[in-house]
Amino acid sequence: MTTTATGAAPNTPPRRPWCAFATPLLGKTVRWASRVTHHGGSAFPGKVVERVDPTFLRRTLAQLPLGVVLVSGTNGKTTTTRMVAMMLESLGLRVFTNPTGSNFTRGVVSALLNEVTMGGRIDADIAVLELDEAYAVQFVAQVRPQYALLLNVMRDQLDRFGEIDNTARLLARVAEATTRAVVLNREDPRIAALAGLAPVDTRASYFGLSRALRRYFPTDDDMATTVALTAAAPGEPPTTTAHVTPADVMLTAVGDHRAQMVIDGQEYESEVKLEGVYNLYNAAAALAAVRAVQQDLRSPDMIAKAALTLPQPRRDGFVMRAQRFAGADTAQLLDALAQVTPAFGRGEVIDVHGSPTELLLVKNPMGFRLALASFPPDDADTMICINDEYADGRDMSWLWDVDFTSLKAGGVDTVSGVRAWDMALRLAYDDVEVGVVETDLEQAVAAFTARNPGRRKHIYCTYTAMLAVRAYLAKIADVADAGVGK
Amino acid sequence: MARPIDIVSLYPKDMNIYGDSGNVLTIERRLALYGYEPRVHAVNQRDPWPDHADVILGGGGQDTGQKKIIDDLYARADTLRALADDGTPMLMICGLYQLFGDYFETVDGARLEGISIIGAHTVGRDVRMIGNLVEHSDDFGDVIGYENHSGQTFLDAGVRPLGTVAHDGMGNNGEDHTEGARVHNVIGTYMHGSLLPKNPAISDFLIRAAVERRYGGFRPESAPAQGEELARIDRVAGRAREAARLRPR
Repeated sequence: MTTTATGAAPNTPPRRPWCAFATPLLGKTVRWASRVTHHGGSAFPGKVVERVDPTFLRRTLAQLPLGVVLVSGTNGKTTTTRMVAMMLESLGLRVFTNPTGSNFTRGVVSALLNEVTMGGRIDADIAVLELDEAYAVQFVAQVRPQYALLLNVMRDQLDRFGEIDNTARLLARVAEATTRAVVLNREDPRIAALAGLAPVDTRASYFGLSRALRRYFPTDDDMATTVALTAAAPGEPPTTTAHVTPADVMLTAVGDHRAQMVIDGQEYESEVKLEGVYNLYNAAAALAAVRAVQQDLRSPDMIAKAALTLPQPRRDGFVMRAQRFAGADTAQLLDALAQVTPAFGRGEVIDVHGSPTELLLVKNPMGFRLALASFPPDDADTMICINDEYADGRDMSWLWDVDFTSLKAGGVDTVSGVRAWDMALRLAYDDVEVGVVETDLEQAVAAFTARNPGRRKHIYCTYTAMLAVRAYLAKIADVADAGVGK
Repeated sequence: MARPIDIVSLYPKDMNIYGDSGNVLTIERRLALYGYEPRVHAVNQRDPWPDHADVILGGGGQDTGQKKIIDDLYARADTLRALADDGTPMLMICGLYQLFGDYFETVDGARLEGISIIGAHTVGRDVRMIGNLVEHSDDFGDVIGYENHSGQTFLDAGVRPLGTVAHDGMGNNGEDHTEGARVHNVIGTYMHGSLLPKNPAISDFLIRAAVERRYGGFRPESAPAQGEELARIDRVAGRAREAARLRPR
């Protein structure tokens, strides 16, 4: 992995190259040119700007009075980033966030170029940025985040990151660079251990699960055991480590679009638009992050100090927004949470020929297992689309770490994608019947969605398969923009 | 009459990365379809060794996983060596393949002794060998899988590789075009994928060796439906093999 950072320590004031005044213009021109000519893709302007003005990212983000909330981890980054950003926004702050799929530094630069004025100013109070583990390390070498929300470490695309412990080491670098608070998953031992690595002045807070819910969320260590041991010990819940650390936000019960949480020792019920147990745990994570930001603004001094980063005319507006946000009570936080809608491929429901069609992104064994557990297959047709492009991960081994026996009763209607036959083989070994194997995604989706009109459908897809499926569905149905933020 | 076959899944807790549990599932299911009664024994550190061990399957792990199991592996080394000498079929992937060799020297120079069932040693490197891989084996035809390792393994003179690879940068060490090793009925390899589902020839070799050793001969008694199911699984495996063969590294 090459680092695009300038090598300067991130605390020293960023040095502007002499031509920096022209960076927004340059970036916007490249963006316009690449759109008009269809060259380079959405991150291309970021690439150009990183080259000619390597401190653009630091300089621009340094203007934000409340700084950066960095969200990273294996599963749930996109949903959780969206939750944090949407909650902060509905609680009154101006939020900059990176759109879905651009979770690398260059994508953040490109997204910033869209937002800055020609003078290089950005009109936001705080940034909520989703960064994939490897890019998060690149990012913190340039910008120290005020807050880091670290979700979990699971086997995911190990062919890219090496081993899980390596991934944990990447997140350790993020914790070390965080200046105000790290918000950690208490139930993931590799994440919880990061508390000890944050700087001494940086707070650590946790989101967690009640004992009863922990069995729905095995850690990676438990997964290896449960998969291999099903023959030996059926139905036994995986063991988890004992807890002594209190969680700021703890998920205690889940229901249909409902969640019960204990926040700061008090029990609350909340409605959510999101489905699935794992989304509700992400909601707990997002709440904990929002509360961490809020806590810093409880003192008027802090708000006044933060306002100093802004030019005089913008200070009053910021102070009002920050005070309003700081004053929001838990009920208001939960109201904000209830408004959050699902992101791309995270339980998005599209109406196709009268069938509610659920698109479920699966990227790694744990995500796949949680998705299967969260969307019961009864009264639904199931389709699974597996590609093996770089963004999906080339190695098919991960399919063997997922238990598909829950699909046995109803079978799988269709498998598709470049690696449809690998998926079919996996299902064959779990004795799950498969109706159709069709490697051509478009044909497969067309036939699948045309069958049994009105009946609920689940389509599980890897990343690039999801892009193809959504693109096709957009031709025959109303597919909403599921980008993060606005 | 029940004909049990005891499968040992070695260190599934700490040495089961990259879907190696698919290998256990494959042996288990195929044995059942051949009319045997598979019994899976998960053997982690300090677990008792089962009365019978007809086939032993072990997977890859992280460096920390290797450290966690190493003492227990030393304690079981004599048992495993005796079983290997006696013709017990074993499949050791990646991390356990390395520890079945003479030693593993990590990048920082630390030396982890192996249990010397396979005449080979491994040297840690900074560069990983990663990607889809097809190797050519005299015993099993084309073996199709996915390698992902940073250790370079060198076989002693006279030790048979499992197969050969076409290009530099692949296989045991990226230099001599060998991949894996075969000693008695022990197979060591870097192939994930999982290996066995897409390579039924190796699965059936392990099964046949296990059954012959325990019962003196391999006499499958599949009900017609089971025979059809096995044939169907192998057709699907054939298609999956063809798809994998065409994918970029």
